This record gives sequence, structure tokens and C-alpha cells, in this order.
Amino acid sequence: MAAVEVEGLVKKFKATTALAGVDLAVPEGTVLGLLGPNGAGKTTVVRILSTLLRADSGTARIFGKDVIAHPNDVRSMIGLTGQYAAVDEYLTGQENLEMIGRLYHLTRSDARQRATTLLERFDLADAADRIAKTYSGGMRRRLDIAASLIARPRVLFLDEPTTGLDPRSRIGMWEFIGSLVAEGTTILLTTQYLEEADRLADGIVVIDHGKVIARGTSDQLKSQVGGHRLEFTVSDAADLPILRERVAPLAVDDPVVDEQARSLSVPVRGGAEVLRDALRRLDDSGVTLVDVGLRRPDLDDVFLILTGHASETSPGGASSGGASSGGASSDGASDGGAPVATGRHALKGADQ
Amino acid sequence: MTTLAQAVGDGAVITKRNLLKIKRVPELLVFATLSPIMFVLLFAFIFGSAIPLPGVDYKEFLMAGIFTQTVVFGSTITGASLAEDLQKGLIDRFRSLPMARSAVLVGRTNADIGNNIVTMFVMAVTGLLVGWRIRTSVLDALAAFGLLLLFAYAISWLMALVGLSVNSPEVVQNASFIIIFPLTFIANTFVPTDNFPPALKAFADWNPVSSVTLAARELFGNTSPALPPPDVWPAQHPVVYSLIWIVGILVIFVPLSVRKYESVAGR
Repeated sequence: MAAVEVEGLVKKFKATTALAGVDLAVPEGTVLGLLGPNGAGKTTVVRILSTLLRADSGTARIFGKDVIAHPNDVRSMIGLTGQYAAVDEYLTGQENLEMIGRLYHLTRSDARQRATTLLERFDLADAADRIAKTYSGGMRRRLDIAASLIARPRVLFLDEPTTGLDPRSRIGMWEFIGSLVAEGTTILLTTQYLEEADRLADGIVVIDHGKVIARGTSDQLKSQVGGHRLEFTVSDAADLPILRERVAPLAVDDPVVDEQARSLSVPVRGGAEVLRDALRRLDDSGVTLVDVGLRRPDLDDVFLILTGHASETSPGGASSGGASSGGASSDGASDGGAPVATGRHALKGADQ
Repeated sequence: MTTLAQAVGDGAVITKRNLLKIKRVPELLVFATLSPIMFVLLFAFIFGSAIPLPGVDYKEFLMAGIFTQTVVFGSTITGASLAEDLQKGLIDRFRSLPMARSAVLVGRTNADIGNNIVTMFVMAVTGLLVGWRIRTSVLDALAAFGLLLLFAYAISWLMALVGLSVNSPEVVQNASFIIIFPLTFIANTFVPTDNFPPALKAFADWNPVSSVTLAARELFGNTSPALPPPDVWPAQHPVVYSLIWIVGILVIFVPLSVRKYESVAGR
């Protein structure tokens, strides 16, 4: 039995159709990333699953319990973190968590203990006795997520959990989500950050206009969109024709030349071996390379191709590739996907 | 745990939460009590100097009216707080918890009772300082305060529905102002109604604010045999008529508000 099962979910708000028949399943102990642009219906799915909203038709079950027939059973199994930090500003961090714990019907001492543990875990122990009004945005966000975890939910819904967090807090949040999964929590996560879904999610469902337009693992989605590309940046644009000629035999489709950026992008088939082959072909060409890389399509590309528009938050998604100025070296370690980092990844890293 | 015990427990958790807010933002209570003090002083000395009443000092006549008006205004806190909770996403959070559906509203309206007790105490002290006297027994006075609290509690449930139905706390404040002011002025709160134009007099006669005020006034012993005797049923039986209204409002608005809460969506 899947932890979360959704079938044929339809929801209309007056004239607009928020969901037009969504199916998805989240196996126990995994993370499902629900991706989509603003207004795609991500939050509507979360609200239906967390019993806040009734679907017009279709079913939603948490560990076999229907959200409409057995709402209270569902509520005791789930934790919800919405898009806004839902904390009581006039209570301290400790009081906020204890209150939520009591409302999950933990005993007084359990609630207190859990609150203390979670405040420590979320780096809020020093602020435990301050009222939440004095917290920064990031601290409220963390308190909000701590609140959703107070009763050790089996299923956690995170609606854009890192929106509004600074880069360091975001990485902290990712590590934390990873540790929850390691403890067996099932997570459904909505996000606009493709990098986030790529990093955290076992399965990804892409929705747009209330419909699922793609599903699978991150790798499956990427291969659905296309193969690898070899990307070169040269120091002198005059070298581009030679470069193009030398690597032409490897191309499976037309290469793209960008004189402005002194770069060449070649669609290829195969993995790292192609890169070695390409470099061999350039051995005695006299071409000076500034950057070279083998790039797999990332979720930005997936998104762009599937929805016809770039993800709003991705700085590199729709750009013409005019800024491959970074070195080839630095961010290879942070990029789990491509064997060799490229200028574009370096740019992304710098912007986020 | 039985469902009822659970509902009571959940309601208590939310009541505590709302009362903690009074502790954390004492300014709220300070201003909530300053305005009734101001009302007592202004009406007692400004109107009191111009409104002669046969057989009873205006300050005494006035107090029951000000009590009623103040506790009715006090119940708007429920509406404004719920609208605020809704706006901040707290209602969404509560609705996703396995807690009783009534708890948020029960906890909120309970806290209003706490607020009103404090406010009435401050007003009573101010009143006593400027010459108000309870001329009956302690029990009668307690019955008067009890009736005022009950009436305010019923209005709190009405305000709960308002708070869950609007977009922002400011709307509740403004909307309640334009409803509550006429309701508490077209009544016997501040002046006898005998010289009102006929339409206003009829409204005042059947206005529950009048009957609650009259009931409290009689229970405090602040009436006079020299005032014209009541000529309509509500004025002849102010306690019964008030209780009918209180029960009626609760019977209608408790279920309506809880139902609204069950389906309400945050921003």
C-alpha cells in the first residue's frame, strides 16, 4: 500500500479548473517532488490531501484512509507545512510547539519534550522563550516546519519549504529533509526549484494547468527530454569554425554556435567517452579551450520542453547562453548530475 | 478519550493560547479598558449634566447601558482575531490537526469572556468612584454581570461567523462598528426611550440590547418608580426576553460558525 494514493482528482473554483484529473502515488519512505509553475495546482493537491479542501471528484488516501471519509485518522498521520509560516506570533517558540503537540493529543510532558528536541534540531533553542513575533523570516519558517513534525507524522506535506530561505538555510533544510526520509517519513514536496526536486525527490510529478504532464525519476525525465550535449568555450571566436569541423562527426544533430559567448554546443550520443573522443580530435588543432564539458539536460530543460515555458525561478532556464565566463573547475563537486561541470552550471551556482 | 472530553481539552488549549496573547500584548487590554473608562467619565459628566431623570441619578442609570455596550464591543475581538488567524494561515494549520472542529471557536469565545470580566471590573471600579451604587444585593449584582457576560458570549459566536467570512481583521472592526453603534444607541442604554420617534421607539423596545440593559439596571437597583412603567412585554420581562435572545443566537450561530470553520479556506 502506498503512503499516499491519489486518483482522478478534480477540483474547480468557479470558472477555473484547478485540477483536471490528477493521479499520483507516493510509496512509503520516499519523497515525491510535485513540480509545476505558479497556478499549476500544486497547492490544491496538498490542500486536498491534508483535508483542508474537498475535491469535486476523485479519491485521495493516506495509508488507505480516505481523506473525506476518515479525516481525523488522516490528520493524525500527517504533518503540514503550508506556504506561509503559520505560527502564533504572540506565543514563544516553545509555546507554539507545545500547543500544536497538545492538539495532536500528545501528553503534556511528551509535548514539552518534543518541543525542546525540535527547537534544538532546528537551531532555535536560544530563541525558545522569545515570542515568535521577534523571529526572522527564516526562523519562523523553521518553527513552522518543526510544528508540523511535533507528532512524528508518517506523511509530511511540504508546500514550497525553502521558498524565502537564504542559501545556507536551504541547504540545511535539504539535509534535514534527507534525515527525515532516513527515519522512514514519507514526504510530498512541492517546489519551484528544479534543483531541489532533483536533489531530494525519488519520484517527480510535473503538473501544469491541473494535469500531470510528466512523471518518473529525475533521470527518466531527463532522458525523455534528450541526450547529452558537448559544450565548448574557446578563447578566440575565430577558432569556432575549426572546432565545429573537428567535432562534427560526433554530432547527432545540428550544433549551436554562439559567437558572442565564443561557445559551441553539440548534441551527442553516449557518455564520458564522447568527451575523450572529442578532446582527442582537437589535439593538434591549435584551438585554445577555456571551458569544455559534457552536460546532461537538467530539470530546467525538462521543464522548458514539457511546459513550453521556463521555470520562473531558474536564472539559466531561458537564457541564450551568453555567459559562459566561469571556469570549468570550481563547481564540479556540487553537481551530482554531470560528470564535468560547465560554465552554465557555474553561473547557476553563483546566482542561487 | 471520549470525543466530548477531547473537544473540551482542545478548547482549553486554544483558550490558553488566546489568553496568553493578553499577557504578551498588555497594551490591548489597556486600550480595551481605557475606552470604557473614558465612556463612563464622558457620559456621566457630559450627558449627566444635561439629562435630569426623576428619582434616579443619571450616573446610576447610565452604568448598565455602558456595561452592555462595552461587552458587546468586546465580543468583536473574536471576529477580528479569527480573521487574523485566517489571514496568517493559522486556521489552515489547526484544520489539518486531529483536533475537535469546535475547539478554535470555543477557545476564542471563551477568551472573550475572560476579556470581558477584566473590562467590566475596571468599569465597575470607575463607576463606583464617580458615584454609581449597587442598591440591591451582591447576588443580584452577580446575576446582572452574569447576564451581561452571557449576552456578550452569544454575540461572540455571531462575530465568529463574521470573522470567518471576511478577508481581514480591519473589515471586522469597521463592519461591527457600523452595526453595533446603532444597535447599542437605539436602545435604552443612555437615555429613556419614551421620547424617541415611534419607529425608533418600537425598535428600541424590541432590541435585545434594551432588555439586557434594563435587566442589569433592575438587578443593580438603578431604576426609579418615578420613571414611566414599561409598556411592552420585553421591558416587562427583561431577563426572560434577554435569555430568549441569548439562546436563540447561540442555537443559530454556534452550528453556523462551526460549519463555516470546517470549510473555510485561508488566503
